[in-house]
Amino acid sequence: MKTRKTNPEKLIQTTEGSGMKRRNFVQLLGGGLFVFFNSWTILDLFGGTPEQGRRLPKDYNAFLRIAEDGTVTCYTGKIEMGQGIITSLAQMMADELNVPFERVKMVLGDTDLCPWDQGTWGSLSTRAFGPNMRAAAAEARGVLLSLASEKLGVPVMQLEVKDGIISDTKNPSHSVSYAKLTKGKKIEKFLEVKPAVEDFTKFTYVGKSYNHADAILKVTGEAKYTGDLKLPGMVFARILRPPSHGAKLKSVDYSAAEKTTGIQVIHDGDLVAVLHQDRERADQAIVKIEAEYSFNEIPVNDKTIFEWMLKADSSSNEIRSSGNLETGIKLSEKIIESEFLDPYLAHTAIETHSALAQLEGDKMTVWASTQSPFGLQEAIAEELGFKLEKVRVITPFVGGGFGGKGAAQQGIEAARLAKLSGKPVMLVWTRDEEFFYDMFHPAGVIKIKSGMDKNGVIKLWDYDVYYGGTRGSETIYDIPNVKASHYRQNKNAPAVHPFGTGAWRAPNANSNTFAREVQIDIMASAAGIDPLEFRLKNLKDEKMIACLKAVADKFGYVAGKLPSGRGIGIACGTDAGTWVAHMAEVKVDKSTGKVEVVRIVCAQDMGLCVNPEGATIQMEGCITMGLGYTFTEELLFEGGNIKNRSFDTYEIPKFSWLPKIETLILDRKDQAPQGGGEPAIIAVGAVIANAIFDATGARLYRMPMTPERVLEALRKG
Amino acid sequence: MEKFIRFHLNGKLTEVLIDPNLTLLWVLRNHFGLTGTKYGCGIGFCGSCTVLIDQEPVRSCTLALSEVEGKSVVTIEGLAKEGKLHPVQKAFVEHDALQCGFCTPGMIMNATGLLLKNPSPTTQEIKAGMEDNLCRCGAHIRIIEAVQTAAKEMEGEK
Repeated sequence: MKTRKTNPEKLIQTTEGSGMKRRNFVQLLGGGLFVFFNSWTILDLFGGTPEQGRRLPKDYNAFLRIAEDGTVTCYTGKIEMGQGIITSLAQMMADELNVPFERVKMVLGDTDLCPWDQGTWGSLSTRAFGPNMRAAAAEARGVLLSLASEKLGVPVMQLEVKDGIISDTKNPSHSVSYAKLTKGKKIEKFLEVKPAVEDFTKFTYVGKSYNHADAILKVTGEAKYTGDLKLPGMVFARILRPPSHGAKLKSVDYSAAEKTTGIQVIHDGDLVAVLHQDRERADQAIVKIEAEYSFNEIPVNDKTIFEWMLKADSSSNEIRSSGNLETGIKLSEKIIESEFLDPYLAHTAIETHSALAQLEGDKMTVWASTQSPFGLQEAIAEELGFKLEKVRVITPFVGGGFGGKGAAQQGIEAARLAKLSGKPVMLVWTRDEEFFYDMFHPAGVIKIKSGMDKNGVIKLWDYDVYYGGTRGSETIYDIPNVKASHYRQNKNAPAVHPFGTGAWRAPNANSNTFAREVQIDIMASAAGIDPLEFRLKNLKDEKMIACLKAVADKFGYVAGKLPSGRGIGIACGTDAGTWVAHMAEVKVDKSTGKVEVVRIVCAQDMGLCVNPEGATIQMEGCITMGLGYTFTEELLFEGGNIKNRSFDTYEIPKFSWLPKIETLILDRKDQAPQGGGEPAIIAVGAVIANAIFDATGARLYRMPMTPERVLEALRKG
Repeated sequence: MEKFIRFHLNGKLTEVLIDPNLTLLWVLRNHFGLTGTKYGCGIGFCGSCTVLIDQEPVRSCTLALSEVEGKSVVTIEGLAKEGKLHPVQKAFVEHDALQCGFCTPGMIMNATGLLLKNPSPTTQEIKAGMEDNLCRCGAHIRIIEAVQTAAKEMEGEK
């Protein structure tokens, strides 16, 4: 970390925060000890780029506060969407400050109260935010120790902290609590140099299992999500939507809608909406609006998309290269070429995109289901022409994100409507809107040409990914001659994707892991070597080897040549700093093509595991969600028209699909914690495709593996 | 257009003067402020709006208020009694059978209805009974375990 010196007092006078100024913040919250971020610190800590830096607010919001009653509050721009950071970050904080876990409160996703954050994605909360939160806690502990030293007349070295009480090691009854030290004081500290943090091995709470801290609120219906909020005078909005992406509104007639008692029609440029204090009246009114559109036909659909991508005006960039492909070809006795296809996917969080916007004077407050409160704040400010500090975004509980709530559309829409109507506006997208405006997982094509010598040692890996994204495209195997390229749309070329695309849980890693691990399986089969042995033979990565051995051990794997008829698959990969290996057992009905997954076992190395229970839940969730992209999920479309916009036509995993799921975490107490919300999903498609091959000898190159595609693969043999 | 509708809501006799064609979901949420019952799809495919009507799990998003006249409606807010969690709620907490929590009220109401009808279901019966309640986070296996635990506790209470 850089140790650039700043003069906080000077900056306070000359800059404004992203929301509230520091002084206001401290006044609002009262006394206690505050540890603040400097904006430069944020940039350093979050690995921001200069481009981001240009837009970075000078933010003085506190990282943490120890209140006069000893309560510790941690402020983070991260949000809670079920991944459990409300629990795991509190565990880390409790340990660093030596206070009881129950005394730590988390405040998440409020742009006025929390330090700037780019967004909650990429499994970064624990591995990137965690260390900085711990540094702030360590700073606070240092301040408290020096205050205690003064108060007790004992040198700091002679003090120890337990449960928020600092005592003299030579005379333990000679002690003072955090609460007493901060009472009646306003101590403001800036985090400038990263202080030494506690050794993980000394931790009390980290490494222990905790149930979700918010579980009681969630089982009683008390947990408030954005759509559950209510303000005096609030109206519900429904917005007129085009029939397809790319359609432009030509004319609109809302005379019939206006006849509904109490309805207010808003028409502002491209935005046509109805507002009513009753959601259902708005629902009834919106369908009475008649509109004409002009269409810009996009001649592609879910069947032709892959050919469309391969023919598109693309440019490629090399993502990795080593050795020489020609040498690889010469050294290879067998060369195998394959093409893998992956469709567009929807996120389908059960909570649809929601926002409540209220304009009071010149300040816009927006409550929103978003994975990026600060991104939304910026987008609203820009769209509405507000100063950044005049927009506050607050994030209540978020009902699932999976990468789909990074975009800000519903928040901007609600804010625009609140400004135009002068009323607090609640906008909860319908399921149909959710499917239409989702930022879909991009479809993609992956071509692999790989070769091995007569001993089954891989010598060649020529990898091209078209439009699918590069995360997870690491070769992981020890191969001397590698080239990997990513094909993207050429500048100024017409759009390849007919609608918006974005991050979908472990973005692109599902596609890339599927392609790589199926290809490896094909090679193992061609070499006549057991697929586990083939992987171990070609790996040098110790963590990958350890995960594979652990999963095979837990599974009770007995070596066999492919296809063994047993229906056992293996796959592995890395994501978000974490290593995973899966084994699965399937049964295939050869007459219907229906696949039943009997069992999935997953071993994961995520460094130190902060909350084993929480991490296990994430692994189970990843495996269950992964069954969806494996078997059913595929967006159907004709040009910009999304055809499957409900749960009866876009099927997600259900109870009857569930295999026996077993998980194993290779706890590495000596290593920094890594991501946990995404890694275990990446190899689900591959492990099942490989298991289907082992069961039947039928090879699948395309997801989802529907019964029709399984039957087709069986026919091809 | 408006009409008096009388029904029991979470154990209390309730009477409202309201358009009887409004759906139960939005009346519960907007009129009664019972926001634990969630909107997930509005057409009965996800189950996050599930409530109990005369002890049967029902999708409140596709039910007109007139249909509950004279009946007993229980929402997630009416399940805990005197500050004590219902065995199904308790089991969901114990098994950590939730993540984002948005489908949770519907899951709990559906599971409660299932157990009222079949107090000791097999795993297969639980899967079949819960099949049409959707969870995107993937809490399914824990939900099954929670329903099994709740079944045992409810049996013991008898």
